Amino acid sequence: MDIRLDGISHFYGATEVLRDVTQDIPSGKIVCLVGPSGCGKSTLLRFIGGLERPSKGRVLQLGIPPSDCLNPLTFVFQDFSLLPWRSVRGNVSLVLEDHGIRGKKAQTIINDVLRRTKLSDFSRALPKQLSGGMKQRVAIARALAVNPAVMLLDEPFSALDSQTCELLMDDLITLWTRQPFTAVYVTHNLTEAVRLGHRIIVLSRRPGMIHEIKEIDRPLSERSYADPELETIRKELWELMREEARAADEELQHV
Amino acid sequence: MSDTTLRTPTQPIEIRFRGGGFVPQSRRWVGMVVFIFIVLFIQWGTQSGLISPLTLPQPADIMTTFVELWQSNLLFAHLAPSLSRLVVGAFFGASVGIAVGIMIGLFSYVREGLVPLVAAIFPIPKIALLPLFVIWFGIGEGSKYALIAFGTFTPTVVATYGAVDNVDRSLIRMGQSFGLSWFSIVRKIVLPGAMPGILSGLRISLAIAIILLVAAEMLGAEYGIGAYILEAGSLYDLERLFAGVVILSLLGLLTSGIIGFTERRLLGWRV
Repeated sequence: MDIRLDGISHFYGATEVLRDVTQDIPSGKIVCLVGPSGCGKSTLLRFIGGLERPSKGRVLQLGIPPSDCLNPLTFVFQDFSLLPWRSVRGNVSLVLEDHGIRGKKAQTIINDVLRRTKLSDFSRALPKQLSGGMKQRVAIARALAVNPAVMLLDEPFSALDSQTCELLMDDLITLWTRQPFTAVYVTHNLTEAVRLGHRIIVLSRRPGMIHEIKEIDRPLSERSYADPELETIRKELWELMREEARAADEELQHV
Repeated sequence: MSDTTLRTPTQPIEIRFRGGGFVPQSRRWVGMVVFIFIVLFIQWGTQSGLISPLTLPQPADIMTTFVELWQSNLLFAHLAPSLSRLVVGAFFGASVGIAVGIMIGLFSYVREGLVPLVAAIFPIPKIALLPLFVIWFGIGEGSKYALIAFGTFTPTVVATYGAVDNVDRSLIRMGQSFGLSWFSIVRKIVLPGAMPGILSGLRISLAIAIILLVAAEMLGAEYGIGAYILEAGSLYDLERLFAGVVILSLLGLLTSGIIGFTERRLLGWRV
């Protein structure tokens, strides 16, 4: 299932946030959205996930999601969004209950996703007992449980320290290599973008427009930490963004 | 520096500790000690004549009165109707209050319609309405239930809709993003998320319920702690009056203990 962004523009009041964004997101690939703060990249992700409506333009779904897919467009949030009163297992079970999946069938799915995210030993723990990295792994497990056609990751690692972030990126690459999924990955971190993205879309500062599209052909499994080739791409992208990031930083906040 | 040699310490000096403090710590016995100290002081004062027996009764005499009350079975004759009024009235008031509070929290029309009404009802001293309740519900138990229920209702509503408003919106977005039904979001995200606020509201509501219980019983009841206190008061029988007050305090401690227990059971997930 592909996603098409068709001429998307958006305003918050009088502020133009996004201007005429048109782009196809091919299935089985990870597309990274990068850009200076306030360029509307998270807003764009919420449009794709149907949590907000653009002022102009449409988000289209091309093709039908596979039949075993419970929730085609599934988010992984920056703040993890786990229910603090439910255990790890309960948090995963939450998203299955509404699809009428209970009992044995649910247990099988939960055990499988917890194993894939290396959380099997912590299934009874409450979120308050977990570290940030483990919380985000629970959120990823929860997303995997509904078998998404497209994963929407909204700065998933930006609340974590850099070591944890590195470990989770490896985990995400392993998950993708074993079973490729479509993902839109919003980040402000270029290192994450060049490690995980098959395609990197650079948005300009507000109003956000597509500034540059960069394809990286090298398979995810062959991209390693501090790879010189990736480093070159990262520098190139940073040169593109530097001035805009500075200007965006110096802009007054609209409160 | 010129006096370097003078300043060079011969011995290493341990850094002076200047952190710590400003953190409340658990000292459970202190409350008991303060209480015992006050009781002993009054006992000593009344015995030695420093406090005249007209001002305060002796704690030992209050204790004797209490034991007599117990032995004559009058304690339960007064306590049973009071407890049933409290339980029935507070149960109705709190459950309707929680239901209405949740509706206000969830539906904008209900909020706009009812919040001003609740704000208008809240400051009315409910005791002033007792004659009205007597006309509506009769002089018997009905008017007492209604008074307690009405008094518990308003603070519960305000606490509940505040608690619903404070539920983390990002959790609700998460529920929507996984395609949870509206009803599931309310039941599995909004209600548990509002539980801490609802319970702390109940603490206040139940204390108000005890106050209204006594007020209702003072205005027309044969048995009940309020009636007992009123009778003792009109005879200036301070021992019995204080025995009644002690029962009320114990009742307050009991309800607050029940809420505390519920909080520990239901809200163990809080950080």
